[in-house]
Amino acid sequence: MSSNRAPIASFFPRDRQWHPKPLDPGYKSSVLRAPSRPLVAVANSLSETTGPAFGHDIIGALDNDLILNFAKPGMSAVGERIIVEGRVLDERGLPVPNVLLEFWQANAGGRYRHKKDGYLAALDPNFGGCGRTISDDDGTYAFRTIRPGPYPWPNGPNDWRPAHIHFSVFGQGFAQRLITQMYFEGDPLIPRCPIVRTINDPRAIDQLTARLDMNASVPMDALTYRFDIILRGSRSTLFENRMEGN
Amino acid sequence: MPIPNDFPLHPFKESPSQTAGPYVHIGLTPNFCGITGVYDADLGIGMVNDQTKGERITLEICVIDGGGTPLRDALVEVWQADAEGLYNARNEPRGEADPNFTGWGRVAADGETGIVRFETIKPGPVPFADGRLQAPHINVWIVARGINLGLSTRIYFEDAADDPVLSRMDIQDRKATLIARGGDGKYRHDIHLQGPQETVFFDL
Repeated sequence: MSSNRAPIASFFPRDRQWHPKPLDPGYKSSVLRAPSRPLVAVANSLSETTGPAFGHDIIGALDNDLILNFAKPGMSAVGERIIVEGRVLDERGLPVPNVLLEFWQANAGGRYRHKKDGYLAALDPNFGGCGRTISDDDGTYAFRTIRPGPYPWPNGPNDWRPAHIHFSVFGQGFAQRLITQMYFEGDPLIPRCPIVRTINDPRAIDQLTARLDMNASVPMDALTYRFDIILRGSRSTLFENRMEGN
Repeated sequence: MPIPNDFPLHPFKESPSQTAGPYVHIGLTPNFCGITGVYDADLGIGMVNDQTKGERITLEICVIDGGGTPLRDALVEVWQADAEGLYNARNEPRGEADPNFTGWGRVAADGETGIVRFETIKPGPVPFADGRLQAPHINVWIVARGINLGLSTRIYFEDAADDPVLSRMDIQDRKATLIARGGDGKYRHDIHLQGPQETVFFDL
């Protein structure tokens, strides 16, 4: 891999008040899985500011189309057809191009294609539930899927997950690695969900809530939801002989 | 509610993390969990090939919760330098890394044992922020149900005596939690999320 991008000096520190608390008794799985000792702060080195690179060559023709990528020929996944699109930016507002985004979700009935998911909603034989794409030069990404259904889960006696899509995003450095979830505007289950509530600040929850964009929707086909993702910002290395870009 | 101390100056906040959930494998290692036909192969399963330079090692990792139970649903990613200490990254400024080594691996825990196994090489040393050399290490990132923000740690080897991270005061008495046990190309490393042996996790 040739050096075609300026090295990063360090990332902005994570705002751990904005992120969810590691341990939240309302989300029971976190109780035995959250470290109890303080994290040790370490200055970024190349171990953190570099990260794996993925090219468009790894992306198959249907990888960004969950309606078709698992369906039998001539078939398609059942459900409300949607497009999810947005941009990957950093905390400076700069586009983050060429990053791999992977997403996964339940089907329209709220059932995952996983042997451990025992929810009584039906499996859709034409829906796998995974997809991936790579952001363009301006950080834009898009994919097509069906709107996932909400589902109950065994946390409290009557807890439900709002409809959501899981996102995994790489940045330019391994320390930018992020997994999050996208929720849908107007879903009454969002404020009731113990996983959503691991986040303290309502503005942070709002940041994970995609907006319906009627102007980007495809008539008689699909609604579009807009979801921007922000990765950590970085300080670029200051070169004495090359001030531009700093 | 926290005071929005820097909101006007920095309107872009990092997207808050959410747990990868119990079914992270559907998205990141679909073939592993039986969703075949979408991708040819799961990303990150092969870090090395026949031409990769360096000492081959097998690294077995087990992530253990506060009750002493291995996480059978964890997903672990590693990121490491090649045998010469170069990262296979677009923004590696020092030169071209071994093209036969990806430097990046992603493996799901075994559904029965919770063991995560990487076939890789021993990395070379990489400079720290201040220019000192760091001992060879593998950067580790862990997600699973119940982990609200991916956990970052490192794995060192027995030769890690002189390292700017390990020599920090606040790591001295917990240093052993960052050093893999083994030799002759086979290493085992337990990562404890809680308890007296709690692994050092980093705020990077």
